Amino acid sequence: MDDFEDDEFDGPVKKFLFLNRKAPYGTIYALEGLEVVLITAAFDQDVSMVFADDGVFQIKKDQETSGINMKNFSPTYRALEGYEVEKVYAEKESLEARGLSEDDLVIPVEVLSAAELAELMDTQDVIVSF
Amino acid sequence: MSILHTVNKSPFERNTLMDCLARAKDGAAVLLIEDGVYGALAGTQASDAIAKRGAIKFYALGPDLDARGLAEKPLIDGITLIDYSGFVDLAEAHNPVQSWL
Amino acid sequence: MKFGILVNEGPFTHQASDSAYHFTKAALEKGHEIVRVFFYHDGVNNANKLSEPQSDDRNLVGMWSALAEEHGVELIVCVAAALRRGIKDELLAAGFTISGLGQLVEAGIIGDRLITFGD
Repeated sequence: MDDFEDDEFDGPVKKFLFLNRKAPYGTIYALEGLEVVLITAAFDQDVSMVFADDGVFQIKKDQETSGINMKNFSPTYRALEGYEVEKVYAEKESLEARGLSEDDLVIPVEVLSAAELAELMDTQDVIVSF
Repeated sequence: MSILHTVNKSPFERNTLMDCLARAKDGAAVLLIEDGVYGALAGTQASDAIAKRGAIKFYALGPDLDARGLAEKPLIDGITLIDYSGFVDLAEAHNPVQSWL
Repeated sequence: MKFGILVNEGPFTHQASDSAYHFTKAALEKGHEIVRVFFYHDGVNNANKLSEPQSDDRNLVGMWSALAEEHGVELIVCVAAALRRGIKDELLAAGFTISGLGQLVEAGIIGDRLITFGD
């Protein structure tokens, strides 16, 4: 297992973009998507994370899940920095369409426009969208 | 190298096609598969969205159109019909590939 | 060219696994290499050997197994997603292996393309 990991860290670094488009809790994609981001960062890849469309709801502040008896995983987004995932974006149009601003979010993000998102996507080696 | 986008949802049920087109750049390719192929039909409420993006190259997966009884229905001008082999060729010619799920 | 394939849905509720299978088969027929097929989310249900489709329906579990047998395609089931859904070693159809999410990341790193099929 150690050999395997050493091989990985010696390998190429690719640009991975995780495009999160789904709201939390209604489906499992947001939670299991976050697990992939954390693993990818552990492989020392060049990771960007974007919240767009209903994905911006993943990082809404004040999530309180005790009433639905599901794990509130929104604090985990705060751990991204510790995994050296520093390129975290939310799309302006998606926030505005949903009546959200940066003040509503559980983590600091760089707000980018749809046009800027299109440019960012163009520069990636791999895009994974949940 | 430009992006290949795939869309697998009907534009009559979900916003997926519009979400894709809002971030698809001119010169990109958009492939409609599964229920996404309903978006390829000419003369529907959804046709304009594709028809007015002439600088994007649109494709639809023939086996998915055939399965849904749409083989004889007219498609929006400029949409190219492909099979799974053509899908592979598109994925080879573009990078990265973004699936709008 | 080297393709990695990600399958995010099970064999029956969504068409995703069918599409992924047809893409994978077409890529192999054209002489491309499939680095790995990674099954995530409900996609882990594609590995369930107890699945019994009706006799006049396609059997995707068996079709994936046959692809592994004939072409040596690596079929990897995500361990975390599988445990949640009760997919364990003793349930795995031929050709499937349970492993970590790192295998998905690695497919993205060593493959020329990573293609996702889901809902």
